[in-house]
Amino acid sequence: MSLIKLTAIEALELMKRGEISADELTRAYLEQMDRREGDLHAYLEISRERALDDAARPGADGGPPLAGLPTGIKDVFCTRGIVTTCASKMLEHYDPVYTATCVQQLIDAGIVILGKTNMDEFAMGSSTENSAFGPTRNPWDLQRVPGGSSGGSAAAVAGGEAIWALGSDTGGSIRQPAALCGVVGFKPTYGSVSRYGMIAFASSFDQAGPITRTVNDAALMMQYLTGKDPLDSTSVEHPHGFSIPVDQDLAGAKIGVITKLVREGTDPDVESAFETAVEAMSAAGAQIGEATLQHLDYALPAYYILAPAEASSNLARFDGVRYGFRAAGAEGITQMYEETRSQGFGDEVKRRIMLGTFALSSGYYEAYYGQAQKVRSLIFQDFERAFAEFDFLISPTTPTPAFELGEKADDPLSMYLSDICTIPVSLAGVPAISIPCGVTLQGLPVGLQIIGPAFSGKRVLQAARSAEIAIGFDKVSPLIEEDV
Amino acid sequence: MAAGTAYEPVIGLEIHVELSTKSKMFCGCEARFGGIPNTRTCPVCSAQPGALPVINREAIRHIARIALALDCRIAPGSIFHRKNYFYPDLPKGYQISQYDMPFAVEGHLDVTMDGEQHRVGIERVHQEEDTGKNIHAGESGRIAGAIYSLIDFNRCGIPLVEIVTKPDIHSPQVARSFLNKLKNTLQYLDVSDCNMEEGSLRCDANVSVRPAGSDLLGVKTELKNMNSFKHLEKGLAKEIERQIGLLEAGRPVVQQTVHYEVASGEVHPMRSKEYAHDYRYFPEPDLSPLEISQDFVDDVRTGMPELPSVRAARYVTELNLPEYDAEVLTSNRDTSDFFDETLNYFDDQKMLSNWVMGDLGAYLNASGKKLSIETVSPGQADQLCWLSPAGFGEFLAMIKDGEIAAASGKAVLPEMCETGKTAREIVEEKGLAQISDTARIEALIDRVIEANPEQREQYKSGKKQVLGYFVGQVMKESGGRANPRTVNEILREKL
Repeated sequence: MSLIKLTAIEALELMKRGEISADELTRAYLEQMDRREGDLHAYLEISRERALDDAARPGADGGPPLAGLPTGIKDVFCTRGIVTTCASKMLEHYDPVYTATCVQQLIDAGIVILGKTNMDEFAMGSSTENSAFGPTRNPWDLQRVPGGSSGGSAAAVAGGEAIWALGSDTGGSIRQPAALCGVVGFKPTYGSVSRYGMIAFASSFDQAGPITRTVNDAALMMQYLTGKDPLDSTSVEHPHGFSIPVDQDLAGAKIGVITKLVREGTDPDVESAFETAVEAMSAAGAQIGEATLQHLDYALPAYYILAPAEASSNLARFDGVRYGFRAAGAEGITQMYEETRSQGFGDEVKRRIMLGTFALSSGYYEAYYGQAQKVRSLIFQDFERAFAEFDFLISPTTPTPAFELGEKADDPLSMYLSDICTIPVSLAGVPAISIPCGVTLQGLPVGLQIIGPAFSGKRVLQAARSAEIAIGFDKVSPLIEEDV
Repeated sequence: MAAGTAYEPVIGLEIHVELSTKSKMFCGCEARFGGIPNTRTCPVCSAQPGALPVINREAIRHIARIALALDCRIAPGSIFHRKNYFYPDLPKGYQISQYDMPFAVEGHLDVTMDGEQHRVGIERVHQEEDTGKNIHAGESGRIAGAIYSLIDFNRCGIPLVEIVTKPDIHSPQVARSFLNKLKNTLQYLDVSDCNMEEGSLRCDANVSVRPAGSDLLGVKTELKNMNSFKHLEKGLAKEIERQIGLLEAGRPVVQQTVHYEVASGEVHPMRSKEYAHDYRYFPEPDLSPLEISQDFVDDVRTGMPELPSVRAARYVTELNLPEYDAEVLTSNRDTSDFFDETLNYFDDQKMLSNWVMGDLGAYLNASGKKLSIETVSPGQADQLCWLSPAGFGEFLAMIKDGEIAAASGKAVLPEMCETGKTAREIVEEKGLAQISDTARIEALIDRVIEANPEQREQYKSGKKQVLGYFVGQVMKESGGRANPRTVNEILREKL
């Protein structure tokens, strides 16, 4: 039995039956890291000793519900006792004074933290190449990117270096890497999971969520992630909660294909994997129709005004005064700010800070930020209209499979386009999941995105479980396959 | 510059009030002045990565009281904005404030000056948070040229309310009087210490001048750094003088920030570079819009304390005090509360009022101490006066009953205030008990009459006002202790 191929639910069952121990399970993951982390670089920090200590705690039987599950935590979440860098030189040695609420909830539920996973710096990017500490590679093809910004989390789960992982999604940062790594990634409705302690990129978009091997695992983690946090005013008590989906077909489900996201600029292999998945869903009883979102063309530009605008303000606190990196040798406060931020931030972060600063500037605010907010409202209404007709909307998660390292690194626009299918959902704040739905001719995984109305996460996960059964995707990355 | 009289100043004030809530605006840290630097901080107010703000409900209750006291309209929904700028005392790199949808708008506060009433409109009242405090080591005491700088974040995040008036003020005196009235009102509301020295009440002014009678507004400057009522008045006068000087010399007033130098009393325009900010306001995405229900407003209104104007009216109608007394007594909440409390022990309102406004007021002004209706503890003695309402009542009753002469009372009262001793103790110690013993007074009078035969003749010949002279002489002889009424009576007989 290969422990690093287990799902979280399977592992819990085995631990409950006493067939494996948390210690064995954790060691299996640490050993896979020993073998593969050199290639993969899914982690920025591995908390080996803490993990073994945690795994040795009494658990499994009658203990906390998630006891012993070896978990990767994206380095965007503050973890007291484990350096938290956000993949930035700015926070290279930052030791947080507190732990993010949602991470604490998982800790309280018994998880074992293996370490902090790699990401694009401050969650800005779609390939994890923007990490200040080197890129993560895709377990399906080490020459390719795992997606981003939660690329480390997705690669760890796909590569057998975590049974599941915590990610964060601003414009697609959970769903896109999950798709590119052939795993499941769920972005809950905005407000479902506390943002307290999750280092902010764009506050009105950021949402934490699970990256897992199965839909049911995602549902399991959501049960412990969600909840109103008195420390996050934008968090709410999820009205329907979460439960493990049941195995059933899609009979009666009205599903709208966002055709615009299939036809324009989509890789033919992706399109064909998507179409095959749609047929499987149809065969499982779903009523498939075509959905039109009128203002879709404006989603990407609106996002790239609003998110950088918020980021330009959120990242102002990294000024070298209280913690983190401070440039040496500056004379006077202004130069200290300038040097610290010039040296401490990477190019993409600086690009977005400049974009956002400009968009909020006096004289430009209405033309940029103001207009983009209006577009956001229109897109929200588009989704509402579509959901009056359909239970769920679907699209490919990404227009292309995983691309090669360096392929888009110097072309921000083409990089931004890799989030074209996920960004509209983020603007609307509604829940969406990416599940693997096939592979390309080159053997790279393709993701299917299932979107539901606000706070329908429970139903989205049920539909995704049904789709998962209908599609029957059963491949794993060669990194796990080879090591079996 | 005789032509100066042809100009009318136009002044609007921006007042920042630190609220005296238990905790800070957006976190649970203690909101109190002072303390060991950086001990009242947490991830939120020190802007650790990932920390988020949560609105302090008590602060919202406080600002609602302010808004109601100023007759403002409270918005059912207001929005917090981020005001972005870099400064070391601003850890997030932005201040959470309010912008185009403030908490309350359209109010007013009336002030009376030299018998004339001035209505000052309130443009807006909004909620924000305070910054930390920079301490710069070096000769300048400013960030430029500092050897090093220290930052204390204890103040950072303390709730701050900004009150902006309409440009309805036309003299530095009215500005000062307005600020005084506002401070007094805020103290009645129990929402702030209003201590200008400690910075819990701060005032900036927008100033312009225009030809008298004109409806147009001149170019304004923003006058900053006036940390007392006196400096506000002086700074405004200086800035008005400077602007008139420019206009008379045919030069334009430039829209800019002007710094008031406390030491020299001069005003200095700052270079435009120093204040040119683009704050890039945008709605704070970490906070939902602030929704204020009518129920909440009604509830706050019900719990409102008696405001100074209402209390003054009560003094006139219920206590039959002159309007002047009512105005003076209510112009300070501590004093007015003390007056009210003393009425439980002494029922001659007018006599009480005279003593509060007279000798007690003089003592308070000279000592800089305040009255308290609570029992004063030794630790508070350098700020609070020992006098209690009961002790003061007893003291006044002794005067009224003739146990002490009013003149002696003038010496007894300060000692009561300083030491906390009772009037009776002091009178005994010093032998100040009034002489009402007729025999002793007669003896004194006989001596005085004998020594002043000339005046006696004058009195006899009908010049009755000479009586006053005799009374004065007798009182002098008695060391002020003779009962004046008895002296009068016996003198009349003897003369």
